[in-house]
Amino acid sequence: MKRRTTSLIKSILTNILILLLGMCMLYPVVWLIAASFKESNTIFSDPGLWPKAFTLQNYVKGWQGIGIVGFATFFKNSFIISGLCVIANVIFCSLTAYAFARLKFAGRNIWFAIMMVTMMLPTHVTTIPRYIMFRKFGWIDTFLPLVIPKFFATDAFFIFLLVQFIRSLPKELDESALIDGCGKFGIYTRIVMPLTKPALITTVIFTFLWTWDDFFNQLLYLNSPSKYTVPMGLRLFLDSSGISSWGPMFAMSVLSLLPCLILFFSLQKYFVQGIATTGIKG
Amino acid sequence: MNERARKKAIRENLTSYAFLVPWLLGFFVLTLYPMIYSFFLSFTEFNILQPPKWLGLRNYFVMFIGNEQFPRDERFLNSLLVTFKYVFISVPLKLIFALGIAMLMNRDLKLIPFYRTLYYIPTLLGGSVAIAALWRRLFAGDGVLNMILRSAFNLNPPAWISNPKYALYTLILLSVWQFGSPMIIFLAGLKQIPKEYYEASAVDGAGKMRQFFSITLPCLSPIIFFNLVMQMINAFQSFTQAYIISGGQGGPLDSTMFYSLYLYLKGFAFSEMGYASAMAWVLLIIIAALTALAFKVSGSLVSYGSGE
Repeated sequence: MKRRTTSLIKSILTNILILLLGMCMLYPVVWLIAASFKESNTIFSDPGLWPKAFTLQNYVKGWQGIGIVGFATFFKNSFIISGLCVIANVIFCSLTAYAFARLKFAGRNIWFAIMMVTMMLPTHVTTIPRYIMFRKFGWIDTFLPLVIPKFFATDAFFIFLLVQFIRSLPKELDESALIDGCGKFGIYTRIVMPLTKPALITTVIFTFLWTWDDFFNQLLYLNSPSKYTVPMGLRLFLDSSGISSWGPMFAMSVLSLLPCLILFFSLQKYFVQGIATTGIKG
Repeated sequence: MNERARKKAIRENLTSYAFLVPWLLGFFVLTLYPMIYSFFLSFTEFNILQPPKWLGLRNYFVMFIGNEQFPRDERFLNSLLVTFKYVFISVPLKLIFALGIAMLMNRDLKLIPFYRTLYYIPTLLGGSVAIAALWRRLFAGDGVLNMILRSAFNLNPPAWISNPKYALYTLILLSVWQFGSPMIIFLAGLKQIPKEYYEASAVDGAGKMRQFFSITLPCLSPIIFFNLVMQMINAFQSFTQAYIISGGQGGPLDSTMFYSLYLYLKGFAFSEMGYASAMAWVLLIIIAALTALAFKVSGSLVSYGSGE
């Protein structure tokens, strides 16, 4: 009896400790959300979380952006880029992964090893030549340099993830489909793709997140405000430093985090699976 | 017959390769060719407008040695130092936090899914411009942290972000704050360790400390090692946070001049693309060397549990 009480107390204490630590960790994010609803001139004089005067002014002002281009455009651009990257990665990484995991061909092991090496490669080694190349194509200040590489399965990380997953699927299904006269492409679209759904969802999630936040490439390739993405739009606020722009900046920051949060809370199960099975970076 | 079998094998190979066409094209055009080209550029002076001018090893010479005619690039060495400091402080701290919290959670708690979510949110959001900008405000001289320190503790704290002594540590803190994914991985790993190990060792009189060093750490070592390598590779390439927090300049006094930020400035702000390519290759070699070293060390330290 006594032992049960001590273990109960211990468990309660652990819960409280974890919760307290977690709240400290989330304080900055919660503060950001609270600040976005405060009046611009009270943001930094009022450390409390609950706004004294609740206002939506920051959102209205922020949405207009700076200059002529507003956040409606930035969000539209970000969604177009991220959406295209997601589609491309799902199709072409899975196509490649299927070949590596299921098909037999000469040189498979060598190609696979090369693919694994490209996963470890720092992106900087290809950044400058790619820039020169895309500039020759006339692709600067378009979405093409951000999107087109994904149509060539350049995200080796997702190929690896999908290969691991496809290898774990039973082969009997492929074989019986083969006997039924299904071709290799048919097996890929009708059998392997549907069964790979959990890993494909992980691919969708992380492609979206990483493209959404990929500030480096957007900074490199997008020059005119009408092409800017959400992170680039936020940077505009930062450059025009001045106390008055912090409120709108925070409001737009909250909005920029929203798609990631919505994705996370709606697909949580896949997040944890994806991270735990592959050791995703981040 | 033999002829037919061979034809069939060739056809089989061709259809298989058809699936690989996009990836192969991508590999040759977007990875291999750029790598070779950037290797070539690293021996030249190139500003994208004029054709590259051959310099031999001068770019590398200027980085590490230098003489009177071509003085050594002290900013380069400084950026290397800053990045090393960042990587070797932030990555171990991050993993220690991740392991600590994972062990705290590794018991029968009903709320584990909720806690996992709570602790993952910083990782989910931390890579964004929004959070980096927030960080800049939190740790500014008149920022939120100092407001609290002044009003609650009556202290006179420094301006963290604009003080060269502390600026890098705000970036390290931002990185450590995002310990969510190694934590989830460690938590999954801890669940795999058989309970019998702990029970048996408890019978033998092993304390909690002893159990940690003799059971938990050895069993987790492959996972810890893998995370160490991946986190290091990523940390070396950090860009967004330093760019936003320092306003794209790596300041104050180059104290947050990350390697990739300096590479970006060299290549795209100063148009020294040959030099920037050389920097990219130095980074590649550093990362490859560290990875190889890590694998070598792991041979003696990491137990993969094969055989008893």
